[in-house]
Amino acid sequence: MIQLVPRQGVSNGWQIATPLLAVLATMVAGGILFAIIGYDPVAAIRTIFWDPLFGPAASYSRPQLLVKAAPLILIASGLAVGFRAGIWNIGAEGQYIIGGITGAAVALALYPLEAWWLFPVMVLAGLAGGWAWGMIPALLRNWFGASEILVSLMLVYVAQRIAAWMAFGPMRNPEGMGFPGSRNLQQYPSAANPELLTGTGAHWGVVAAALAVLATWFLMSRHIRGFHLRAAGIAPRAARFAGVNPQTLVAFCLGLSGALAGAAGLFEVSGPAGQVTAQLGVGYGFTAIIVAFLGRLHPVGILLAGLLLALTYIGGELAQLTMALPAATVQVFQGMLLFFLLGFDLLTRFQIRRSIAA
Amino acid sequence: MTANVFRAERIGKSYPGVRANDDVSFAVAAGEIHALLGENGAGKSTLVKMIYGLVRPDDGRMWLGDDPHAPTDPRAARAAGVAMVFQHFSLFDALTVAENIALGMENPPPRRKLAARITQVSHDFGLPLNPGRRIVTLSAGERQRVEIIRCLLQNPRLLIMDEPTSVLTPQEAELLFATLRKLAAAGTAILYISHKLEEIRAHCDCATILRHGKVVDSCDPRAQSARELAAMMVGGEMRVIDRSGRQAGDVLLKVEGLSQPAPSAEGMRLKRVSLTLRAGEILGIGGVAGNGQEELLAALSGEVRSTPGTIALEGRDLSSKGPEPRRVAGLLAAPEDRLGHAAVPDFSLTENTLLTAGARKALVRGGLIDHAGARTYAEAVIRDFDVRTPGPGTAARALSGGNLQKFVVGREVMQDPRVLVVNQPTWGVDAGAAAAVRQSLLDLARRGAGVIVISQDLDELLELSDRFCALNEGRLSDPVPTAGLTLDRIGLMLGGAHGMEEARA
Repeated sequence: MIQLVPRQGVSNGWQIATPLLAVLATMVAGGILFAIIGYDPVAAIRTIFWDPLFGPAASYSRPQLLVKAAPLILIASGLAVGFRAGIWNIGAEGQYIIGGITGAAVALALYPLEAWWLFPVMVLAGLAGGWAWGMIPALLRNWFGASEILVSLMLVYVAQRIAAWMAFGPMRNPEGMGFPGSRNLQQYPSAANPELLTGTGAHWGVVAAALAVLATWFLMSRHIRGFHLRAAGIAPRAARFAGVNPQTLVAFCLGLSGALAGAAGLFEVSGPAGQVTAQLGVGYGFTAIIVAFLGRLHPVGILLAGLLLALTYIGGELAQLTMALPAATVQVFQGMLLFFLLGFDLLTRFQIRRSIAA
Repeated sequence: MTANVFRAERIGKSYPGVRANDDVSFAVAAGEIHALLGENGAGKSTLVKMIYGLVRPDDGRMWLGDDPHAPTDPRAARAAGVAMVFQHFSLFDALTVAENIALGMENPPPRRKLAARITQVSHDFGLPLNPGRRIVTLSAGERQRVEIIRCLLQNPRLLIMDEPTSVLTPQEAELLFATLRKLAAAGTAILYISHKLEEIRAHCDCATILRHGKVVDSCDPRAQSARELAAMMVGGEMRVIDRSGRQAGDVLLKVEGLSQPAPSAEGMRLKRVSLTLRAGEILGIGGVAGNGQEELLAALSGEVRSTPGTIALEGRDLSSKGPEPRRVAGLLAAPEDRLGHAAVPDFSLTENTLLTAGARKALVRGGLIDHAGARTYAEAVIRDFDVRTPGPGTAARALSGGNLQKFVVGREVMQDPRVLVVNQPTWGVDAGAAAAVRQSLLDLARRGAGVIVISQDLDELLELSDRFCALNEGRLSDPVPTAGLTLDRIGLMLGGAHGMEEARA
């Protein structure tokens, strides 16, 4: 029989080493996979991890890095706060979609008004939409003890249906010649989320992601509420004794992560995506869970992990284009990454012992 | 030589960084109740675990009768004739007595036959027990009887009892000793682990005293005073507790008709608890664990809110306030469970000060944490309460039970509370640290604070408190002055608060 036995004393070095090992293992396993299905493994890995930054077409793909990393980091920052407190919001994807819709709704309702305050109000609406969608699992947990994991996940599918309804119904562009999808906000100056510095890909979402990293760092290490969150995650009774109300905590964590996901959705709809479509959710909300864990739930780690996962998105697309790798490559890569990370984590905390049955 | 049922010769056992047992030799004769006496961490548990086959010794040899005894696991130890009753019971609540006993047997006989044997054994040894009852309906004392009968059915040559009376009322303990006496008379050797000196003096024939893993002495406990035994155990004179210089002042805390539903299926309902606490006074609340102690502490600390008008500090109603406002008002608490309730195991001592001292010590201002201030406060607690630790950066889980308890009590005491409520302040704490914790509570009361001590240790309550009440099934008895109170009378109070009137007559 194989048993897992806790190790004595886990060093801090492994905390940093395991994510790096996981990335390495993903490259190796991915390479083997590509070799099996008949691609040159070295070329594939280089296309995914190297070419987007330093390859021949890097000037096109490099700005994409920030475009993709911003929503991941923004969402993961919020999720990590909850994960630290033991509150599992798995439905950031849904909160992202709803935030995008509510934010866009403000612009679409006021079209064609031009005003400096329009975009800020849209951001607030996006935050509010994501917050409200996150409060549903929070209230259901507080009132009825429903698992926030299941409820938040299920609400993703509800949000996707709402996005489809909006794109085909109430938000359809009246001048869109019957095509589904709202007006393009990029062509609506007051509502657009443009590239702020040409060639960098940096839009307001990048600024927001940077602020989120700073703010969550401050919250978790300098503010008493962050202290209470951390305490609640590892010793709930001690947190209660300190004066933490568990229900307030649930509402805070789901509300915060929902609001940040909602803001990410708004920045996407008003920027890179441009419009509300049925395919508004592209998986950032789920990938952000990987980002949060790969980044050790630490703001700086999340920043780095967000950039890395963004790289796999861009590299994956590039590999599709240049090497005709299957489109599922990116998901396989991201899945492997989480798998290896969790596996290595387990092995740093436990050792495998084979015991012979008596 | 056959008179010795069990003999250990030069037993040694090391764990990383600590020599748990060193050169331990002793013998237990047939028909003898042999006490193994020592502070927490003296090596008592390691020693009996080796006898019971849970741990293997590094050096030395053991004999059971004339045969070498080197069990590889508890099953082998049981087969050789060693039985053990643990401090914590391993019984299934939903099953009956007979079913639980059958589960622990290698080849259980048919149900009816087993029930008959259980009845027989319980009758022979004076342990009243109905084999058909479910465990969940039994008191702690009755549960222990199940464990003992489980052992007796194996006809053990050596019976090991690990702190058996810690969960019993004095009356239940008397019953247990009567049983042990009968067993000994039948020729069974009994190894009895405890740090309660009085019961060892009253009931044991011989005592082996361990300190720092070594046998420091062996004696006839009946010929020694409790003081002398304590001195052997600790290795020096016990500190004398100073109770002087206190007088009751104004009423600080008033609890009136406090009722609380049970927090969980295993929890206890609080039933119209009322008490008054004056400045400079220590109120002792006795009772066997599980009778509402944790629930009472949670209601007083603010972890659980109560009906308005039930809890007032200096005339201010705090019933609906949470822990933080109560601390600001001056009502502080130290829960029983140090790791995970009173402290976060993975946090450093510095961070653990922030758990309760943020407001009163101004370690948190406007939500911002003053890390340097927290560190200074942690250092002060470590210094004033003699917490043995490398420094304030050490994780709480790395401290021994006694040291963490000193830290937890110190963290509250040094905030100068108006009222401090402590639950089991010296549970599992060695004698030296326990004396320091008790003295700090007395000093706090002398400075004019009110202190409520909830404890299972009746000696501790008699030593500390001015008034005593019993908490039984969620009901709190009327307080009686501690002066002149005997253990017998306390036992009757613990038997049921409603039985008080007969007890007084």
